[in-house]
Amino acid sequence: MNLILNRRYSFAASHRLHAAQLSDEENRRIYGKCNNPYGHGHNYVVEIGVTGPVDPETGMITNLMDLDSYVKREVLDAFDHTYLNEQIPEFAATVPTTENLCREIFRRLEKFPSARLERVRVEETGLNSFEYARDPAGGHSR
Amino acid sequence: MVRITRKIEFSAAHLYRNPKWSEEENRRVFGKCSNPHGHGHNYVLEVTIAGAPDPVTGMVLDLKELKEILQREVVDRMDHRFLNYEVPELAGQNPTCENVAQLIWKLLDPKITHGRLDRVRLYESPELFVDCTAEGAA
Repeated sequence: MNLILNRRYSFAASHRLHAAQLSDEENRRIYGKCNNPYGHGHNYVVEIGVTGPVDPETGMITNLMDLDSYVKREVLDAFDHTYLNEQIPEFAATVPTTENLCREIFRRLEKFPSARLERVRVEETGLNSFEYARDPAGGHSR
Repeated sequence: MVRITRKIEFSAAHLYRNPKWSEEENRRVFGKCSNPHGHGHNYVLEVTIAGAPDPVTGMVLDLKELKEILQREVVDRMDHRFLNYEVPELAGQNPTCENVAQLIWKLLDPKITHGRLDRVRLYESPELFVDCTAEGAA
């Protein structure tokens, strides 16, 4: 059987959906309220899934303390209470939609050394969620 | 194919330790989970069965039957138990979410006679859960 260990975290941040290539009018039409020039915020929930063999000495795919500290360092500490557009370099020229946020979180976590990152799911609110998963062939496309 | 999911809850105690290791090593690796007195969780189990609905009953598997299987195989065995000491199938291993989910899969799989076991999702807490799926499934 296949086994995935899933863990949920949260952070709070603000963003603004605005594509520099489009006119102000186009941006307003496409992004609506999310284009408000001052930005707005969410309590994001990040759910990540990792796989790997269960170590017979510990009964674990990965030690949760290692996973938690890695996610805290690479993602939560970097993103929590920030304005994503201005404070996260990867969003300087990329719209911080939650689709792109999923991919960026995947990129930041995929080198986790003790287990294989399979998927990143982000809940922007309790009503919207987005998921980015490694494709079954083993790679993943950006 | 249709998937049906039934959710149940049980509460149990556990602790993690490796008897081959020193007290310090156990504390270093398992942290608070190595407390020798144990601690507990409200586990939530979601079991998914996949199959074609029977043309007459319209059911993949009678939920009443699934409920009885879950009661017998999981709740009667684990609810209000200390998993390390009272579940013989877990003897010699740490009752981590990974190991408990795998045991639940092994207990349920042979009992599902209509449809097939598709996924076992075991929540140890709302922030930690394990998914077991059939080999080769996406």
